[in-house]
Amino acid sequence: MANRYPSATSESRPVQWLLIAICLAFMALFLVLPLYAVFSEALRQGLGAFFSSLQSPDAQSAIRLTLTVAVIAVPLNVVFGICAAWAIAKYEFKGKALLITLIDLPFSISPVIAGLVYVLLFGAGSFLGPWLKSYGIEVLFAVPGIVLATIFVTFPFVARELIPLMQDQGTGDEEAALSLGASGWQTFMRVTLPNIRWGLLYGVLLCNARAMGEFGAVAVVSGKIRGQTTTMPLQVEMLYNEYNATAAFALASLLALLALVTLVLKSLLEWRFSDELAATNGGH
Amino acid sequence: MAHVTTGSSGWRWRQPSVIPGFGMTFGFTLVYFSLIVLIPLAALVVRSAGLGLDGFLRYASDARVIGALRVSFVTALIAASVNVVFGTLIAWVLVRYRFPGRRLFDAIVDLPFALPTAVAGIALTAIYAPNGSIGALLAPLGIRVAYTPLGIVVAMIFIGLPFVVRTVQPILDEVNKEVEEAAATLGANRFQIVWRVILPGLTPAILTGFALAFARAVGEYGSIIFIAGNIPFVSEIAPLLIVIRLEEFNYVGAAVIGTLMLGIAFMMLLVINLIQAWSRKRFGYGQ
Repeated sequence: MANRYPSATSESRPVQWLLIAICLAFMALFLVLPLYAVFSEALRQGLGAFFSSLQSPDAQSAIRLTLTVAVIAVPLNVVFGICAAWAIAKYEFKGKALLITLIDLPFSISPVIAGLVYVLLFGAGSFLGPWLKSYGIEVLFAVPGIVLATIFVTFPFVARELIPLMQDQGTGDEEAALSLGASGWQTFMRVTLPNIRWGLLYGVLLCNARAMGEFGAVAVVSGKIRGQTTTMPLQVEMLYNEYNATAAFALASLLALLALVTLVLKSLLEWRFSDELAATNGGH
Repeated sequence: MAHVTTGSSGWRWRQPSVIPGFGMTFGFTLVYFSLIVLIPLAALVVRSAGLGLDGFLRYASDARVIGALRVSFVTALIAASVNVVFGTLIAWVLVRYRFPGRRLFDAIVDLPFALPTAVAGIALTAIYAPNGSIGALLAPLGIRVAYTPLGIVVAMIFIGLPFVVRTVQPILDEVNKEVEEAAATLGANRFQIVWRVILPGLTPAILTGFALAFARAVGEYGSIIFIAGNIPFVSEIAPLLIVIRLEEFNYVGAAVIGTLMLGIAFMMLLVINLIQAWSRKRFGYGQ
């Protein structure tokens, strides 16, 4: 039997269903449909065309470069994230709030500007670029530039997950370990690391997804030399602009798959270990 | 060794601690942050400052620069407004209602964080192009989305949506049901309770979500350039103009636009921090 009295703390069922329908329609239109479009466009000319476009040498080298960049950028940001979280969460010092705000800075900056700053730092007319070049080191329009730009845009991911988590956990466990005679390194490896492992994995997951998918910052510094400095997203753009839509979407579907895997793992972590993650509010 | 009583006189930068490793971790944090973020950003500001005020203003007042900034601002403002309405509604539905597939949709909200922007860009273009699945429906109505400013708004809605949902959702989760019951016993109807009791408490979160979505939209590049059409003064966004200037090897012109946008980003960061501070004072929550 339907409620005869309207509830004061919730809406009537028809209103609820109307609001749910509006939200699901909006999300289907803006989120699900683009995802579906990637895969349907990729398979438009059949599986054969899909796989052969992925096996082209350019696609292969783009995949290799994207993996290389992630393998360098993600661990560096993990080391930074752990150090920053250790320094910020385990000690009290002045200016801490400012440091936390500064670490988030790359998230507020346009990815194009992340690329631009390295062009200005290492490009023609700069001081560093020609000097490094005289030693045979190319940064701009080469792999080091791509790595630097990727590190910049993925800089905060691990740190911003670990800082609130380690702040919540306090210093009690570490102090106990130290008082029992553990060294600083043992304390970190045996006490702190197990406490933060799921949070760390969460940060690595998001960091990696962004590192492999970054476009704007990398587009500016790469020079887009085919087969040499094109990452997967850049190769997608090139193929698309050459009206080779099927190949572009085939490569894009790999990135979309990566995004889906990331989302699934992220959701699993949130459901299974929500109490061992930092409060996951706010934008990433 | 001097005996130190807590809270005594003497300014100290850091509280003493038995935990080792402060020097190493703090030092590495500062060095790495300086090398990756601070020095490169300084290079941008220095390059612009080298122009002097007159030179900077001459570059900044270029009609195409102003046009691109206007396109970026107007479209980001519209997209962030749409995101505030639907993002808040989605947060509401996800927190308050139980329906099949709720967890799935909750997870999908984060898709724009995970999907590379270039992939989103070509996918949205394929959908909204005149021969695309939705573009073909809109074409007979005379509505063109792809290759117009409307396309920019669509892309900005896509990338900005999770910022609003994920900012409002946790706050909504903590709204005390007793407050609603109290309002009901005092004779408020459901609409009055939502509008006058719940929404005011959510205001700081909604404003923060708006600011985050707006800031992201203004700086966004990858998902927009494919769908925008990129016509100067009409659908050319500021980040794209930076890329164009760089391709012309006009580094100074690029640096000026970059500095302007950096200034905007800092202002948005300040605004968000002010909202949070106000929220902590007024509503007892923040961050």
